Amino acid sequence: MEYAIDIRDLTVAYREKPVLWDIDLQVPPGVLLAIVGPNGAGKTTLIKSTLGLVKPAAGSVLIHGKPYADQRVNVAYVPQRGSVDWDFPTNVLDVVTMGLYGKLGWFKQPAKKEKVAALKALAQVGMEDFADRQISQLSGGQQQRVFLARALVQDARVYFMDEPFQGVDATTERAIVDLLRDLRKRGKTVCVVHHDLQTVPEYFDEVMLLNVRRIASGPVGEQFTEENLRATYGGRVAFVSALVSGKK
Amino acid sequence: MIELFSDLFSDYTLRTVAMGAALLGITAGSLGGFALLRRQSLLGDAISHAALPGIALAFLITGSKAPLVLMTGAALAGWLGAALISSVTNRTRIKYDSALGIMLSVFFGFGLVLLTYIQRNPDANQAGLESFLFGQAAALVERDVFVILGIGALVIFLMGLFWKEFKVLSFDPDFFQTLGFPVRALDHLLTGLFVIAIVIGLQTVGVVLMSAMIIAPGAAARQWTDRLGRMIMLSGCIGAVSGVGGALISSSIPGLPTGPTIVLIVSSIVVFSLLFAPNRGIVFRKYREWKSGKQLRVEAVLVDMYTLAAQHLSAEYPHSARVLDVMSSMSGPARRTLGLLKDLGLATQLDAKMWSLTPEGVRRAELIIQRQFGGEE
Repeated sequence: MEYAIDIRDLTVAYREKPVLWDIDLQVPPGVLLAIVGPNGAGKTTLIKSTLGLVKPAAGSVLIHGKPYADQRVNVAYVPQRGSVDWDFPTNVLDVVTMGLYGKLGWFKQPAKKEKVAALKALAQVGMEDFADRQISQLSGGQQQRVFLARALVQDARVYFMDEPFQGVDATTERAIVDLLRDLRKRGKTVCVVHHDLQTVPEYFDEVMLLNVRRIASGPVGEQFTEENLRATYGGRVAFVSALVSGKK
Repeated sequence: MIELFSDLFSDYTLRTVAMGAALLGITAGSLGGFALLRRQSLLGDAISHAALPGIALAFLITGSKAPLVLMTGAALAGWLGAALISSVTNRTRIKYDSALGIMLSVFFGFGLVLLTYIQRNPDANQAGLESFLFGQAAALVERDVFVILGIGALVIFLMGLFWKEFKVLSFDPDFFQTLGFPVRALDHLLTGLFVIAIVIGLQTVGVVLMSAMIIAPGAAARQWTDRLGRMIMLSGCIGAVSGVGGALISSSIPGLPTGPTIVLIVSSIVVFSLLFAPNRGIVFRKYREWKSGKQLRVEAVLVDMYTLAAQHLSAEYPHSARVLDVMSSMSGPARRTLGLLKDLGLATQLDAKMWSLTPEGVRRAELIIQRQFGGEE
């Protein structure tokens, strides 16, 4: 079977200190995957090195059987909301349109066709009324949805999302979950850095437990176990057993 | 003042100076807008200081003071300074701000040493290099203006050509890279344009204060608009206006260096913008806060009076101002607000101490309570 994401022996070091050590990860297509692990486990670095934003010391990444460099148009990235300056002088529609710049190519300015596509993506996240809004006036949840719309407009096959649920309200969380399910229905593969362990079994099909090394990965039902969670989080999770026994 | 303007059209020197200052103001201002958004304003300061040894070395090597020669030297040194800052930041544990400070002072110090050396050499040709410190607009000749015009036009053309690329590069470089654009190359290009925009202003404004032409117009322009295109255009205009103003004033008063004069003008524009721009201006924001604060206090006292009266038979039952003071201790003395309520026709004063709601006041209080508690179903 061809994996949507196939990472082998990925190692990333920062000043000689390993941040990710010998990571293997195979994700079949059409799967919602959660990457969980404590702070400093390397979750963001895993996404960034997969996308070539951080240079790995070793390892290979294949997306649908080809190196990432040949698959850029099929991969969309939703960075952490806090990674940009939301006081930047631009509006919502413009940010979403940025998702089309790769297809648009050099020097060409977005035209009506691009605007229509961006508006459609905004409608999918329930933000069509905010198209002309300055991005400095958005709430945290709205910012997140704008970022998601920017990824949607790319119409990729594989999505990487870095903490899309971080600090969003219940309405936005619901909207994002619906969106993830819709993407899965359309055969897309979504890889999400996630913090809320409680919602992992409800939202995701597969899970990767990460703490510099890969502790475990696979279907949530098999791998999201007390033992694996303890191995990932150390002794710090007294709530782990309650969590795992409470799951469906 | 009027004389100055009429001279602008008749006096050859003044016209040249004004043209040059306007061109460098537009170029530095618009590129500076991008620098502001990328939080690289101080990089401009480091680049302009780092350019000084380049100017001196170019003169020492070629013996020429032709603008293109000196600008090339300045650009190379400025570029080297910027490159060293980023390589020190990337390869050592020294942080960006320290690297910036180190490069700025090392290059500038070296430049001063070279300038002193050049001045000690008895050579009639060396006169005028020291004006690169604080700038001397009066020294601009037509040849300089043509050089500034050519280079400035090229810089602005490239900025327009790469508009969409520079926008995403400034807003979200990581995302931009995932789209397949060569982010590092574009980053170098934008920094390169930035260096050129600084270098063409050095003769007029001086290396010490050139950063003001980079930072200030963008900071002022950002206050007035939330759209990138307008902001960059406005930033260029503010740069041009300050450049022309400073150059004209300094060249009509003998011995007055241009850099400091321009800084004074552009700083006044920044201060004015910080205070009075709609939405982002301090005055506007304070007014809005004061207005909404007043509204909240009025509503709080109205509700207090209404709840007190609810314990009696009539909603218009009077209370003493002191009781209300105690109830609204969080939002300041109620007495001042009571005066306001009276002006609004929502409360009446019965005697020195006692106040009661008017029927209109009762109606408003009920509306507020409904809004506060009714909306939470």
